Amino acid sequence: MAFLHIKNVVIKGLAACVPSGIEENSAITSILPPDLEKLIRTTGVERRHTIKPGDCTSDLCFKAAEKLIDELRWDKSEIEGLIFVSQTPDFILPATSAILQNRLGLSTDCFTLDISLGCSGFVYGLSAITSYMQTGMIRKALLLAGDTSSMTCSKDDKSTYPLFGDAGTATALEYSEGEDGLKFHLGSDGSGFSSIIINDGGYRNRFNAGSMNANFIAEGISRSNLQLTLDGMDVFSFGISKAPETVSALLNKFGVDKDNVDHFYFHQANLMMNDRIRKKLQLPEDKVPLSLKNFGNTSSASIPLTMVTETAEALRAGEKEIVACGFGVGLSWASVICKTTHLTIPDLIYYD
Amino acid sequence: MNIETFVQAFAEQFDEVPAVSFTPKTLFKENDEWSSMTALSVIAMVDENYGVRLTGDDVRKSSTVEDIYNIVLSKTNA
Repeated sequence: MAFLHIKNVVIKGLAACVPSGIEENSAITSILPPDLEKLIRTTGVERRHTIKPGDCTSDLCFKAAEKLIDELRWDKSEIEGLIFVSQTPDFILPATSAILQNRLGLSTDCFTLDISLGCSGFVYGLSAITSYMQTGMIRKALLLAGDTSSMTCSKDDKSTYPLFGDAGTATALEYSEGEDGLKFHLGSDGSGFSSIIINDGGYRNRFNAGSMNANFIAEGISRSNLQLTLDGMDVFSFGISKAPETVSALLNKFGVDKDNVDHFYFHQANLMMNDRIRKKLQLPEDKVPLSLKNFGNTSSASIPLTMVTETAEALRAGEKEIVACGFGVGLSWASVICKTTHLTIPDLIYYD
Repeated sequence: MNIETFVQAFAEQFDEVPAVSFTPKTLFKENDEWSSMTALSVIAMVDENYGVRLTGDDVRKSSTVEDIYNIVLSKTNA
């Protein structure tokens, strides 16, 4: 069991940025009205913020990071690490994290790293960046996590298009000697790699003459091999078993009574799945905030976005014990528990 | 586990079809109410009642309620 306890590092603040463009799911015309109504009810996704072609996850993360650094009054020259978690990078290469280091005006004495994970990515990213920091040689660092999944979906695929929204986030971490830090549980199961996949455009299946062709999969589902394929049944089955399992493992390992946890943030997959997960863990609704109604599934941004949009006031106001759990593409899952104290959280930022 | 209670629990995932009309041999995908959402309900029921993870392929390759039952049975014993 991959458990970690990283001491001496705390979250100082976080910011989230979404594109200002909104797509209402009720306006989708390619799905019959009764089916659409059922789909919205089951998934819980009413609208999504979606980005314009050519704009990137890094643009959203950049804006979030600038605002956060400003509100924290951090001196940029003190930031010595930047991790970018995304599956929608600017380019196949180079890594987007290096581009962001320069764009943010950070020192060239700053380590940068891209991590290719989606729904579990925020928690994985936290585990990586805090691990770098725990000896105190790096004292300030940024975790930028986000995705523009709407760009990867076929508009004619009812199994993906109505679910995904776009968002970029920034989280500020700081070395703080004597703090109990963050505790993690991490896992992977690559046997499910094809459950959420974009088939073409990498090096296993290189972009080819047929990559752009729209293939009819089933009624209401047409997509090309460059677009996202999601096996909803596989992912649902995986999510409702694995998410409660990893949270229970984390709480048991570190002897935490769930009643003492103030907020449980789950990756925002869909309402039916998130409800199941909450009920299996016997958590009250008011401890499990949801942002999927207005933002959809925002992949690696979903947890920090939910923290910002649903609980900013509480997190700014005092000391909280929080649990976060991501699960999905990989397949991959991760959970974390930590204390937060008077977080710096700018109001949600919009990108035009 | 026995097949009668499984069929009963399976039938309960359908809102509009009377449960008594289900048998182990029912071709559930031919029911008008069957949809990807019903599939998720069945997966959730199997997870909750039997602690078994059904995959998308398990559901796709099954035709009758008994087919699903047999998969759950094999995974329970695994």
